[in-house]
Amino acid sequence: MKLPADFTARADEIIARYPASARSATLPLLHLWQETFGFVSGQGVEWIGARLGLEPIRILELVTFYPMFRQAPIGRRHIRVCRTLSCALAGARDLYAELCRRTGAAGDAHGPVTSPDGEYTIEFVECLASCGTAPVAMIGDRLIESANTPDNIEACLGKGD
Amino acid sequence: MPIPERRLILRHADEPGYSPDIGSYLKHGGYDALRKALASSPDAIATEVKASGLRGRGGAGFSCGLKWSFIPKNNTKPVYLICNADESEPGTFKDRQIIHKDPHQLLEGMAITAYAIGSRLAYIYIRGEFPEGARILERAIAEARAASFLGKDILGSGFGLDIHVHRGAGAYICGEETGLIESLEGKRPYPRIKPPYFPAVLGLYMCPTVVNNVETLCNVKHIVGMGGAEYARLGRPNNTGTRILCVSGDVRRPGYYEFEVGAVTIGQLIHDVCGGVRDGNRLKAIIPGGSSAKVLRAGDTFAIRRRKADGTVEAISLGLEDIPLDFDSLADAGSMAGSGGIIVMDHTRDMVEALANINEFYAHESCGQCTPCREGSLWMKKITARMLSGRGRASDPDLLASVANNIAGRTICAFGEACAWPTQSFVEKFRDEFDARATAPAKEVPRAA
Ligand SMILES: Cc1cc2nc3c(=O)[nH]c(=O)nc-3n(C[C@H](O)[C@H](O)[C@H](O)COP(=O)(O)O)c2cc1C
Ligand code: SF4
Ligand code: FES
Repeated sequence: MKLPADFTARADEIIARYPASARSATLPLLHLWQETFGFVSGQGVEWIGARLGLEPIRILELVTFYPMFRQAPIGRRHIRVCRTLSCALAGARDLYAELCRRTGAAGDAHGPVTSPDGEYTIEFVECLASCGTAPVAMIGDRLIESANTPDNIEACLGKGD
Repeated sequence: MPIPERRLILRHADEPGYSPDIGSYLKHGGYDALRKALASSPDAIATEVKASGLRGRGGAGFSCGLKWSFIPKNNTKPVYLICNADESEPGTFKDRQIIHKDPHQLLEGMAITAYAIGSRLAYIYIRGEFPEGARILERAIAEARAASFLGKDILGSGFGLDIHVHRGAGAYICGEETGLIESLEGKRPYPRIKPPYFPAVLGLYMCPTVVNNVETLCNVKHIVGMGGAEYARLGRPNNTGTRILCVSGDVRRPGYYEFEVGAVTIGQLIHDVCGGVRDGNRLKAIIPGGSSAKVLRAGDTFAIRRRKADGTVEAISLGLEDIPLDFDSLADAGSMAGSGGIIVMDHTRDMVEALANINEFYAHESCGQCTPCREGSLWMKKITARMLSGRGRASDPDLLASVANNIAGRTICAFGEACAWPTQSFVEKFRDEFDARATAPAKEVPRAA
């Protein structure tokens, strides 16, 4: 994959926020890579390691630890459904099942599942810190409150975007 | 009768027309407290914060002034300030409100705190699932810099501070302060053992570091604004100030509400503030301080000590709904005020299902360093899951309790307690339900929780 023209400059701007230790930039650089390319590839691990003067394993061990990083592409629409207690009490399980049914994705646990047409990736996640408007979901970066109303299910699925 | 809120931190957050930009903040007296702070000495600020009695709003309720004072006096290393904006404790959603609606209040609290502890570089560690919050903070930092409230020489005082936003990536353990520090160093967020790694002495890059919660840091601004003694008049002795209570679960009006600490009881919060239990159902249980706090059962009585203004203490016996929502009362009740997240469950709820949900969270989030926590959290999840699927055994309730008892007190960090307490308390207080479920077939109806 080819890096966008300003990628290196943006990476260096991030590294500069950590004058005491460039290694601190690992997590933000992983975010930058994933936001740019959709997932963290082997090339990403190597590139970040080289930029920070670290062995690639120091980067990879974060990719495998933190739930938000992925090593393979996902669907165009990323739907995260909170499964934790307050949302569960408000019907998160049914919401998740309905989204899976509507998209054809097959899932019942942690970890992303993608619809057969590759359009949607649905994922159970832990408490999104919006329990007062349960059940909640995220579409990409956007929080959807009371996500199980008919309108909001449509919003999750991208109708009206 | 509705009980009026006492909004200090969220005073402007939901006002019509109030926006997160610096213009709005300045129109409402923004950064006046910072000016006032810079005109006095760092020690004087620390003294005010001590006098205020402020206790941390992140979970442990530790004295803020005392925490700051642990930075070694003869220190020659850089001092770091970290704002804990990881907000990941299930049931908690207050820091999100502050960050989204009043980010400059946090920056002002941080600038004052940094001045008081001698820090010139601070980080806001914000959970990865708050991308919008991170952008709002970045924007606010740029605005504050342009207006000389941050940067090399703040308001010509000679004091300088830079703040950077650092995003997490979906791991609950990054909320534990030493796990957070490891994460900020670019490592896996494995918590450090204490002693010796108390952040105030050996924190970020092995330098003295203060880690405070978002809400705690906002309170610092108000303490400087009104003075520590005046602040201490809010709330109750040893439980001063206001607190944002996050209510979720089976109430008619869930949401966030701010009161003086201990000004409302559990019953007043549920009935008068939140409109009562939903659908006219009866209250069964509450979890008062985030999912890690021990569950409290309706119908029980609790021995609560009440500290009077003259310092004497009297013991009283209270029902669940009469317990005031403050640090000490909830501790006396055998639970904790924790993160301020209150989860309400009504009489239709299945406690085995609720615990199974909680156990799945902890099994997913254990960092895996300590054997009792890594293995025990997984066992507890598997046992409650098998009870739900009709494959439980009569001995399972005892086994659950035994696994939990072998985690608490035997781990590197307080996650061990956080994952053991729900199981210990649910099994103890709802033993009948656990016994019945251990040998019952799977329920036909889809799981609610
Ligand atoms: C497992 C675990 C998770 C925690 N998560 C958070 C969190 O999300 N936010 C937070 O402010 N504190 C959290 N804490 C508490 C922090 O370790 C720390 O005590 C707190 O940030 C200190 O700030 P305070 O003194 O202002 O409360 C957590 C603690 C533990 C043990
Ligand atoms: S108690 Fe659990 S979360 Fe904490 S360090 Fe040990 S394994 Fe990790
Ligand atoms: S439990 Fe779903 S947002 Fe907190």
